[in-house]
Amino acid sequence: MNEIVGYVFIIIGLAFDLFGCLGLIRLPDVYNRLQASTKSVTLGTCSILFGLFLFKGFTAAGIKAILCIIFILLTAPVSAHALARGAHKSGVKLWKKSVCDKYEEDRGVK
Amino acid sequence: MRRLRWLLGLVFLVAIGLLAWLNPFPSLLEWQSPFLKHSFFVLFFCGLLCLWRILKGPTPADRAVGIDILGILVLGFCAILGIPTGRDWYIDIGIAWALQSFISTLALAKYLEGRDFDE
Repeated sequence: MNEIVGYVFIIIGLAFDLFGCLGLIRLPDVYNRLQASTKSVTLGTCSILFGLFLFKGFTAAGIKAILCIIFILLTAPVSAHALARGAHKSGVKLWKKSVCDKYEEDRGVK
Repeated sequence: MRRLRWLLGLVFLVAIGLLAWLNPFPSLLEWQSPFLKHSFFVLFFCGLLCLWRILKGPTPADRAVGIDILGILVLGFCAILGIPTGRDWYIDIGIAWALQSFISTLALAKYLEGRDFDE
């Protein structure tokens, strides 16, 4: 029973990874690519690790998988935010059809 | 030109599907589960898309994003390899890889910001 649920979690994770990488290819802008790919790839990898935990149970490898999930959920948004800030400061233009740019307004006010 | 690109992408997808179906490297690792061979090729395809973005990206920020995503994908790859081979130390490699990828991404972001490091 645990193995079947683990397979289901791994398939869901693989689908999220594939769609995140397709977004990385197809979207027009750095910020759009970051927004599409980081979240879905993080969720997909967390799902794969949870499938590994369901396979292994409460052994050393399973608990390391849970630790890995916590570590990824803490660090992936931080790195994505730092990348977006660095890209904006290095002068990468937004896409033509973007609606608003709040960070530019804030920097202009200061 | 556009039609040629679509055709190339279709040929690429069919080639990946044939690789996953025919299983050309049976003795690459001692597989114990027939399902996980296919997941191996799906993650391989995702890594190829990331490498394409790293090669082609118009700005340096695109390449940094590709490197970040590739780092997270390799962690999932390590997690999947741990199941059919029955070796528990693949997840240790995954933890070390996640730490290294996080620190390298922060260093790349700091490099992208330019001259004024402290603000």
